[in-house]
Amino acid sequence: MIYREAGQFRTTYAADQRIFPILQDRVGMVLLLAAAFVVVPLTASEYALSALLIPMLVLALAALGLNILTGYAGQFSLGTAAFMSVGAFAAYNLQLRLPWIPLLVIFVLAGLIAAGVGMVFGLPSLRIKGFYLAVATLAAQFFVDWLFTKVGWFSNYSSSGVITAQPMAIAGVPIETPVRRYLLVLSIVALMALVVKNFSRTRTGRSWMAVRDMDVAAEVIGIPILRTKLLAFGFSSFYCGVAGALWAFAYLGTVEPQAFDLQRSFQILFMVIIGGLGTVMGAFLGAAFITLFPLFLNWLFHAVLRGGEVRAGLLSQLELLCFGALIIVFLIVEPHGFARLWQITKEKLRLWPFPH
Amino acid sequence: MRTTKRWWWSGAVSALVLVWAAPARAEGEQFMPVPSYRVGPYAAGGTSLYGGFIDYMNLINMRDGGINGVKLTWEECETEYKPDRGVECYERLKAKGPTGASMFHPYSTGISYALISKVGHDKIPLVTIAHGRTDAADGRYFPYVFPLITHYWSLNTDIIRYIGEREGGMAKLKGKKIVHLHHGSAYGKEPNVVFQKQAEKYGYEAKIIEVPAPGSEQQAQWLEIRQFKPDWVIVTGWGVMNPAALKNAVRVGFPMDHIVGNFWTGSEEDVEPVGTAAKGYISAALNPPGKESKVIQEIERVVYGAGKGNMVDKKRVGSIYYNRGVLTGIVSVEAIRVAQGKFGKKPLTGEQIRWGLENLNLDPARIAAIGATGFIQPLKVTCADHEGGGAVKFQQWDGTKWKIISDWVQADKELVRPLIEESAAKYAKENNITQRDCAKEST
Repeated sequence: MIYREAGQFRTTYAADQRIFPILQDRVGMVLLLAAAFVVVPLTASEYALSALLIPMLVLALAALGLNILTGYAGQFSLGTAAFMSVGAFAAYNLQLRLPWIPLLVIFVLAGLIAAGVGMVFGLPSLRIKGFYLAVATLAAQFFVDWLFTKVGWFSNYSSSGVITAQPMAIAGVPIETPVRRYLLVLSIVALMALVVKNFSRTRTGRSWMAVRDMDVAAEVIGIPILRTKLLAFGFSSFYCGVAGALWAFAYLGTVEPQAFDLQRSFQILFMVIIGGLGTVMGAFLGAAFITLFPLFLNWLFHAVLRGGEVRAGLLSQLELLCFGALIIVFLIVEPHGFARLWQITKEKLRLWPFPH
Repeated sequence: MRTTKRWWWSGAVSALVLVWAAPARAEGEQFMPVPSYRVGPYAAGGTSLYGGFIDYMNLINMRDGGINGVKLTWEECETEYKPDRGVECYERLKAKGPTGASMFHPYSTGISYALISKVGHDKIPLVTIAHGRTDAADGRYFPYVFPLITHYWSLNTDIIRYIGEREGGMAKLKGKKIVHLHHGSAYGKEPNVVFQKQAEKYGYEAKIIEVPAPGSEQQAQWLEIRQFKPDWVIVTGWGVMNPAALKNAVRVGFPMDHIVGNFWTGSEEDVEPVGTAAKGYISAALNPPGKESKVIQEIERVVYGAGKGNMVDKKRVGSIYYNRGVLTGIVSVEAIRVAQGKFGKKPLTGEQIRWGLENLNLDPARIAAIGATGFIQPLKVTCADHEGGGAVKFQQWDGTKWKIISDWVQADKELVRPLIEESAAKYAKENNITQRDCAKEST
């Protein structure tokens, strides 16, 4: 009833090419952004901001990065955490050694360095495909970890190999409070999500999808495979690199090389798969599910079974059990992920309340 | 399908309501967060550590009616030993109770690193007994971080001193070969600085070999050790790495009584999988194992007698990690007691308890009163020195249990302290922290 595009005519190409062609979607998006930028900082507790929303947004950015590579360009990668790690260490070293560079430029440079590393490790993708490529990208994971542990220069010869992110400031304004850190992360993530959404509809974006669907056919119609694949690796690693820098600077405040281990790569891969491959929405839904749901279960069990009657160890086990079971349930109910569920909901909503 | 969906929704909504409708806590209680890890690869350690900690708090509540009448309350939060979950737990628990969290015991070097910049802002002491960031022992730069009792650098000097004693004097170390086999993590790397510094001082040949985390694969490393033919191997291990190290030592035929583990490499869980083959293996001990101490007997009598014990596996009461949890409880409770002496017998804030920690002075008389003689070393914390003790005992595995084989071996503070001050000053410079003047602190 409320979600129906009847009567909305597109009379120009510009109107037809909008990201949200339907008025209700536009209004919804504006409301969502307004809520995220205004209502949340005003109302959310420090806990919600710094323990839930900031890590969720940062991981959503990393998932977005992997989604470019896996969802749009069809290249499997298990090096996501390694590229995040490169971003984090690059940002730390830039800030340490060239402190006059503005913070936002440092994030961009860190992303570019990660992009460079990503392109190097993307080279095998020209020869190998699918799961074999995933195994090849594992090299990035182990190499980066080894490099940062072995070469003391990267961690400024810290005795433990752990780096501590410097305090942040933009144009003299210190970014210390959770609200400011949240707004910084949110702005960066929102902007970069918009870029992906648009980029996926350009010539390059379409050639990524062509390569994903069938690379031989793509080559036949004149898409340069080398450039397309490497660009996807570079773009994806740029996002991961910025996410890594934000993880270090805006969330944890410290980075040890082990924070970006293979588990983190898998975690982000699961976000993309559960959220929905090749969608921007999916990255956010997947990140929300993977990061927030275990915590929600944890609260739930503590709230329902509180008072020490049930042992804490059992609660922790239950949390893992339920989470695992739910992943299986969701993948059976909707193998295409949350983004597809969202799409189905929208289709149903068009017919509501009179489905035929 | 429809009804199932409806069921799902109502379930989720009622869960949310329950989360927010959690009952408020009573006034007049001191809240203690318990960031435990009871699942994952390090669960064996976490279950006993936090079990002992909770049992001691229970003992204080049940036997004494709290600390000077102020009862302790606590809430557990699962960290899985991971920094991000640890930060979530910290944020969740920091404002609970009438006065907020008393102090935070992460027992994970990764988590403690991630919290260092946050605790100063929130004014909650971060107590990292025998783990965490070593240079935080310089309280002038880290007012809210307390690597109490000992840390990895002091520990390394303890171990070298012990090896020196076994060789017949520190001068005999010259020309000896010592390997440091360590876990490939922040924790494992931490002692390397001091290990090398001491090699310069005593003239032993140092070799550092890293085992990639989690450490279950060590064949290559032990082959390297065999080629190097060291006189001693020091192991800085954790969790699954420890039994793997001992098994590989057996395989290459390295004598067990020339392997010295640190205090995270010397629990029952570490040697039991190797069994009698590990006989003779030596490790540092922050606290002795067993139930000989009066405090452990009291816990068994009062807490387990009433069926309120936290350990599911009661055989683990008196294990190394369990006793370390009790040790944590003793230090925490005593610090609160000291703070109550200044601020009054009521629930205190983290800021007030920080004062208690900084002025903690556990002398032998007080330790005897707690019933922990020989269980905990005398401890005197000051504004500048947030470590306090620095000594460890050494223990040897006899095939079935650990046996203490030394008295408290003191750390080489003249060597360690300048390194700490230098490293802390470097950290302060990177992060624009100014030094606190300890002479001006009120006592």
